[in-house]
Amino acid sequence: MYKIAIKDLDTLFSKIAAEQELILPLKKAGQYNFGVYEEGADTEGILVNKTVKSAKDAFFPQFETLYNVRKTITPADELANGEEASGTKIRTKLEVSMEDLKDKDFVVFGMRACDVKAVDVLDKVFLSDPVDNYYKARRDHGIIVALACHEPEESCFCTVFGIDPADPKADVATWVVGEDLYWKPLTDKGTALTEGVKDLFADADEQAIEEEKANIKAIMDKLPNTKLSLEGWGAGKTDEKFGSDVWAKLYNPCLGCGTCTFVCPTCQCYDIKDYTTKDGIERYRCWDSCMYSDFTLMAGGQNRTTQLQRFRQRFMHKLVYFPDRYDGMYSCVGCGRCVDKCPQSLNIVKVIKAFGKENKGGAV
Amino acid sequence: MQGLKDRLKELLTDGTVVRILGWKKGDMPYNPEPAIFNSAEELEDFVYDGFCGANLSKMMIEATKLEGKTAVCLKPCDTYSFNQLIREHRVNRDNAYIVAVGCRGKLDIEKIKKGTKGITAVSGTELDGSDEITVNTIYGDKTVAYTDALLDRCHVCKGKEHMISDEIWGESKDTADRERFEEIERIEAMSPEERFEFFKKELSKCIRCNACRNVCPACSCRKCIFDNTKFDAQQKANVVSFEERMFHIIRAFHVAGRCTDCGECSRVCPEGIPLHLFNRKFIKDIDKFYGEFQAGKDPEAQCPLTDFTFEDIEPGERG
Amino acid sequence: MCDCSSKDILVPQVGIITGITQETPDVKTFRVNAPNGGKLFEHMPGQCAMVCVPGVSEGMFSITSSPTNKEYQEFSIKKCGILTEQLHSLEVGDMVTVRGPYGNNFPVETEFKGKNLLFIAGGIGLAPLRSVINYCLDNRENYGRIDILYGSRSADDLVKLQEIQDVWMKAPNVNVYLTIDREQEGWDGHVGFVPTYLKEIGFKTDCIGIVCGPPIMIKFVLQGLKEMGFTDEQIYTTLELRMKCGIGKCGRCNIGSKFVCKDGPVFRFDQIDELPNEY
Repeated sequence: MYKIAIKDLDTLFSKIAAEQELILPLKKAGQYNFGVYEEGADTEGILVNKTVKSAKDAFFPQFETLYNVRKTITPADELANGEEASGTKIRTKLEVSMEDLKDKDFVVFGMRACDVKAVDVLDKVFLSDPVDNYYKARRDHGIIVALACHEPEESCFCTVFGIDPADPKADVATWVVGEDLYWKPLTDKGTALTEGVKDLFADADEQAIEEEKANIKAIMDKLPNTKLSLEGWGAGKTDEKFGSDVWAKLYNPCLGCGTCTFVCPTCQCYDIKDYTTKDGIERYRCWDSCMYSDFTLMAGGQNRTTQLQRFRQRFMHKLVYFPDRYDGMYSCVGCGRCVDKCPQSLNIVKVIKAFGKENKGGAV
Repeated sequence: MQGLKDRLKELLTDGTVVRILGWKKGDMPYNPEPAIFNSAEELEDFVYDGFCGANLSKMMIEATKLEGKTAVCLKPCDTYSFNQLIREHRVNRDNAYIVAVGCRGKLDIEKIKKGTKGITAVSGTELDGSDEITVNTIYGDKTVAYTDALLDRCHVCKGKEHMISDEIWGESKDTADRERFEEIERIEAMSPEERFEFFKKELSKCIRCNACRNVCPACSCRKCIFDNTKFDAQQKANVVSFEERMFHIIRAFHVAGRCTDCGECSRVCPEGIPLHLFNRKFIKDIDKFYGEFQAGKDPEAQCPLTDFTFEDIEPGERG
Repeated sequence: MCDCSSKDILVPQVGIITGITQETPDVKTFRVNAPNGGKLFEHMPGQCAMVCVPGVSEGMFSITSSPTNKEYQEFSIKKCGILTEQLHSLEVGDMVTVRGPYGNNFPVETEFKGKNLLFIAGGIGLAPLRSVINYCLDNRENYGRIDILYGSRSADDLVKLQEIQDVWMKAPNVNVYLTIDREQEGWDGHVGFVPTYLKEIGFKTDCIGIVCGPPIMIKFVLQGLKEMGFTDEQIYTTLELRMKCGIGKCGRCNIGSKFVCKDGPVFRFDQIDELPNEY
């Protein structure tokens, strides 16, 4: 266990960044988002509870190139003497070159326990067979320095999903105690990172963070959404929940925008699309949202053609289908970003509460 | 608020309307949601306070297609949007009953939350509430002046008059205490480089969630060009150059002359991008070139951009 | 040529179109080879692949040829959207990118083995079944009686008619029943919808039913089979939803806890019954 004065954090960041890419909450045009540290970056928000977007981009960026295709067309008059493939004259030749995978270590500082857990959720999807190598390369090279939540907010409900905001499970866990940041490596990766910056640290007593942990726990107990009951959700609840008429009462104000999905640390649906470049095509992957009307749209018009169906899909996926598929794990970590950001004030907490009321026979 | 709730119940029970479009109490002290109420019983959850900033006009596009009349609660600035939707034949006026609700400015929870966490209660935000809001949090209590917590748009309030109504409930207040085009003039005064940097910085935060478009009463196309599956460069990819230069600018052009400056785009943006600036710049230029024009003020009025006169300015002139 | 295709499953191989057959006015069969000759990959009957015209779009198509065809792979594709229109404009010598094979397959080596099989297809629905039928014919000794009921809007819309007449009809212990929706000059075969014809023929329930076609046909065929005494566990079909990744990650073909691209496209009807009704 080590410590460093919070006022000296910029020195620490600068030292880490000299060795590898450092991603951390930065203030840009009034908002806090994870970004790449550069000398002189605005780290005023480093201890901010919630960035607008989660740290998901560090492992699964909103936009990434998968591969490039070079396209060469043989002019008609040269076809006869042109190149052959599989015994056939090539009219349009395509050559595929894959984008390089991440091959350098990087550090993400300031992720909270909820965001760290969210990476476990993403792992279930991207590291299950067949493995997504773009994601895996980032996971292999990413070192997570997590920060315990000094002052959780009313929209926080991570404890509902068994997450302890006082004890993040990352490569390094850190705590704010008084004027200091306490630093504890938890994995080999974390220890290696610590070795490189140790000269900035003072040794610290583990006892100091015990009080902080107790404080955090006491605060969580006082927050309004941490008592939420997940009874009735989880694996095997499809029939019970899917056909409920509660959805019809909930979805109406939904704008069908993608705010909830894009600020969410666990939403992982994506689209694959093309850009036409000078001599070919760049094929990229970008986040997609099940809230969008074209998400499942086919030439024939199917499926999930109403916003009610799309709204239901998002919450069923997080609270029933995902646990069904991945050993009971929920695809929500209670970070509360959707609670803060939905333009119409709809969110997963309201959904869970509405069904809770129904269970008790009250009005929804 | 009880008075308003009772009146709305009456409208349902006496058969004036078959449903009410209003706001439903949230699960936190500050997050009411737009909602349709079909019965007096459902109306028990109705709420109207300082956090009911959502402009319900656009939801009337679908609501007025339903069987029977829908009553809608509209604040003074919302009525401009509703009028504009009438002008564009998007809502069916005959199927709408407008309860013009009073307004003393709506609140921006982000401003209240600045430096404040763990909110458990907020009081004094009702229409007849106090000039000071009391915020209780698990970390202690504090008070905020109502005017300090107003949404930016309320500082350039268009006035306390409703532009259309079937009945009026409650007093309104003109909350304008800033010049409407003050922000625009500040940006106009920048050098082109500064200006480009300013917008680049703001728009680089865009996450392409489309909330601004989906909430915008002027964005009422049945199918948005950016949702067109016929060309594969639509939506979603927040490639920086596209966001910075295209999506928001195209949208601003498309709503020019029709935008009432309701400010919903900026209110809902999860990244706090001041999107209204684009639209307000257009409004300022239209005022300058064609004489003062306020979209939605009069549903019969011809917008200068869809009208032609010999006095119109020539292309190339700049605002 | 790029050696990177093995580095991630989302990165496709390049295939060259070595043959195109116009099957019907709006269906073409594309023969695809690896640039060095031979097949791009091995597959099982019912599996699919993502075929892409770079710059246009990528789509999931069932592999129409049988795994027993060792020379090339075929895709029978109906023109109905942007991608398929573009595919129809391609010519021999044009390259496409292909990744796969994806999804599960018909249980030809397990549940189907030793059984009588009844194939029921409508229109382009024959495409995924053709792979199974040819596989079974090439391993004829492993299967019992094979009945094939195939219908289309008109005689011109029957896909692979030549092969049906020249190969399937002549194969041992195989009965082929063809039908078209409306009377047509020059057609002396059966006229009527597939579900109606199904009941007229009245198949025995001593077989496995394999159904593929437009949703409305599947619905009525299923009804018909049940009236005839078939159980859900005896009937197989393939589902089709919008897909992008093909590997159960991108989310769009998610129905309940299943991903049609990975856990399907082949489902037994009792399995479909367990899914939320959103397909």
